[in-house]
Amino acid sequence: MRLAVWTYEGPPHIGAMRVATAMQGVHYVLHAPQGDTYADLLFTMIERRGERPPVTYTTFEARDLGGDTAALLRAALHEACERHQPQVLLVGASCTAELIQDDPGGLARRMGLPVPVIPLELPAYQRRENWGAAETFYQLVRACAGPPGPRPPRPAGAPPRCNLLGPTALGFRHRDDLLEVRALLAGLGIAVNVVAPLGATPADLARLPEADFNVVLYPEVAEPAARWLERSFGQPALRVVPIGVGATQDFLAEAARLAGLPPPAPAAAASRLPWYSRSVDSTYLTGKRVFLFGDATHAIAAARVATEELGFEVVGLGSYSREFAREVRAAAAQYGVEPLVTDDYLEVEARIAELQPELILGTQMERHIAKRLGIPCTVISAPVHVQDFPARHSPQMGHEGANVLFDSWVHPLMMGLEEHLLAMFREDTEFNDAAPPSHLGHAAAAPPPPDLAAWGAEAERELQKVPFFVRGKARRNTERFARERGIVTITVETLYDAKAHFAR
Amino acid sequence: MSGASALPGGPGTVGAAMPVLRERGQRAVFCGLTSIVWLHRKVQDAFFLVVGSRTCAHLLQSAAGVMIFAEPRFATAIIEERDLAGLADANEELDRVVERLVARRPEIRLLFLVGSCPSEVIKLDLARAAARLSQRLSPAVRVLHYSGSGIETTFTQGEDACLAALVPEMPATTDRSLLVIGALAEVVEDQMRRLLTALGIGPLHFLPPRRAQDLAAVGPNTRFLLAQPFLGDAVRALEARGARRIPAPFPLGAEGTTLWLRAAAEAWGIGPARFREVTAMAERRAREGLLRIRDRLAGQRVFFFPDSQLEVPLARFLSRELGMVPLEVGTPYLHREHLAEELALLPAGTPLSEGQHLERQLDRCRAARPDLTVCGLGLANPLEAEGLATKWSIELVFTPIQGYEQAADLASLFARPLVRRDRLAV
Repeated sequence: MRLAVWTYEGPPHIGAMRVATAMQGVHYVLHAPQGDTYADLLFTMIERRGERPPVTYTTFEARDLGGDTAALLRAALHEACERHQPQVLLVGASCTAELIQDDPGGLARRMGLPVPVIPLELPAYQRRENWGAAETFYQLVRACAGPPGPRPPRPAGAPPRCNLLGPTALGFRHRDDLLEVRALLAGLGIAVNVVAPLGATPADLARLPEADFNVVLYPEVAEPAARWLERSFGQPALRVVPIGVGATQDFLAEAARLAGLPPPAPAAAASRLPWYSRSVDSTYLTGKRVFLFGDATHAIAAARVATEELGFEVVGLGSYSREFAREVRAAAAQYGVEPLVTDDYLEVEARIAELQPELILGTQMERHIAKRLGIPCTVISAPVHVQDFPARHSPQMGHEGANVLFDSWVHPLMMGLEEHLLAMFREDTEFNDAAPPSHLGHAAAAPPPPDLAAWGAEAERELQKVPFFVRGKARRNTERFARERGIVTITVETLYDAKAHFAR
Repeated sequence: MSGASALPGGPGTVGAAMPVLRERGQRAVFCGLTSIVWLHRKVQDAFFLVVGSRTCAHLLQSAAGVMIFAEPRFATAIIEERDLAGLADANEELDRVVERLVARRPEIRLLFLVGSCPSEVIKLDLARAAARLSQRLSPAVRVLHYSGSGIETTFTQGEDACLAALVPEMPATTDRSLLVIGALAEVVEDQMRRLLTALGIGPLHFLPPRRAQDLAAVGPNTRFLLAQPFLGDAVRALEARGARRIPAPFPLGAEGTTLWLRAAAEAWGIGPARFREVTAMAERRAREGLLRIRDRLAGQRVFFFPDSQLEVPLARFLSRELGMVPLEVGTPYLHREHLAEELALLPAGTPLSEGQHLERQLDRCRAARPDLTVCGLGLANPLEAEGLATKWSIELVFTPIQGYEQAADLASLFARPLVRRDRLAV
């Protein structure tokens, strides 16, 4: 048993949902109790999707356990096929259903459903979300890509082609990375054959073997499928993740090599990062002590950008991706730091507290830690939050991605600097806590009107129960209300009279 | 709406025989663990340790995530392969986890071990574990247990189970007192306390208390009022201690709050004149506040998906005080006895449904094209994308909505999605 305050990854069936939701024509029947339906909100609220994830939950209850949960499952399978008409059906169990051993996959296969069934075995007590996504994607690719064999020859005159593997629903900036990577490849004259799982149909997966090579954009999801495609169809994999200026150049060189094209000339000024980093006002960034934590891909990529492209010093590097522990250890050795491979939030917190970095590049979980320790922080990796799906284009990969990294890593440091200056000049007559913001002019500093009603002690206490972010408004409204009515002392009744008055 | 039949109108005719559309099928509801998200804020020296899976931890984090920046007073003891394979003794493992937790959070006075789907299925005996740990950690920490599992409880029923677990801990008394049960926001609790005290009702206690050690005493002369409609088990536990429920509608809206307070006043033999004297001003204020919002809501048709069991009282409030028309009032569980006063107030013929078959209910909702759909977080954006205005229901359990001063706030929660649509030109 493990004590978990926060978790970096959900259970493996969440990973399967990320793949199913990313694709078209795939439905997932999940043998699970009703509470597991919370997972829908990850997609509809965090990612703001306008459709429910393509998942049917059996939602069995305690009273079903004595009887026939398998019958419930059969009914759910029939209904899902009828209503959603999928091209492929994924069938699996969540943690609780795993314990009751109904074998949903086997059962579905024996039912003679009118659609191909892919059973998913995702051990919920051993594995986690990314593993579940990778396994699901691998099973889908295996089932749809056809029997192993030689790759079909590229039609004469056609450009070299590649597949982009790994982007999923609920992925950290996957939507935006994809646009950047497509642009990089288009610049080289390489066509994109299939992007999967995001936006792909099972029929698209059948076309995977037509590409000359595979781009493993997100190894946490795509690596097992890419390895199988390599083995089965002799498709090499491009494993450079183009996060940062240097890695983007390496990516382009590797893509050209795999496509049989001449090496690309380094694109001058493709990203503003190099100049921004060299411009004199970035001098203060030199040697900033940075702690990195995230999935292995983003954490390792960030370490290179931090040291080579921003001149930071990496003081800690870690990841919750146990499947990529070897890669994380190798990277940590390169930067001369102790690797931290754990999904124990408390352990990460303790390490950060001990290292006292000046900047944390982490996940939403590290934001909690950073806030507590008063350290600037930027999110570089999943787990995601609604803020990680900005309305604007905000990639991590490619040339624009490098620009985004510069801005988003440097801004919290600048905010820190401003706070430091504020503290330094605290005693200044024009520039102190009590002084109104200078851009509001002197009007804001005007003394309160003389006829201001006084707050009674009980009313003041009641006001303190109003949430802090609306308390100022409640105070102003109540005072205005009292003034307009010539009330001298504000009581609890006045407070609520005003509240009712201003309600809308 | 096949299968749903009209309610016989008027009080007195509503009973166990009331026809309701009962459905079984896929549900889209939270499990009882979710109530930890507000309970851990309410009882400030209590800690909730879920004994469950990674899914349980992920659920709590997803449901609570955005709202909590301090370290929460809840955590999960995640069952792993070793525990299931018998390589580790689950009880020893649990003891180890609890010891680490208590060492880290020495301010904990009350620890709830909260059962989950997996812990129920593997029949982990949390009652024994709680007794054992209580003895070991005594007197610093008291350890109790209840189940929030999704195979037994939905959403708010977790609070019910938690409160029911607290009842045996309450000291015995033969003194006369009033107990208000159901978690309320502190600001609401204080308002209720002021009103009830002004009426001369007391001693007055609340369950759950703000601090675990302030648990009220209970006995045959305790009368209690429900502040929430989902407390079946807690009521049974209190009745087993001799306490008696004061039947009343729930304190939502001006009318609901008045009827709720009046039920207590009558039980205390307080005359109508005194009652009006104490409540008139606040009630008038509440009605005034509702007036402006009524303009936007009157005549609007509302559809409830099952969620918190608050649906029936909410439908009563929306229809009677704001002139809305309930098209379907879905609830995960219809507690006929505790809702009797509410059901009597609902407009005759209001279609009710209990349980859920999600796809069929979505079909009914789409066919009815309500002006406002009250539903869970998983459905809200998809329905919005289909052009239906929605109010996500989880806000109704996190926001202070009970009592006179919150009546307009409650109405605003329903008006805002419509007002927003009026404003937006994109």
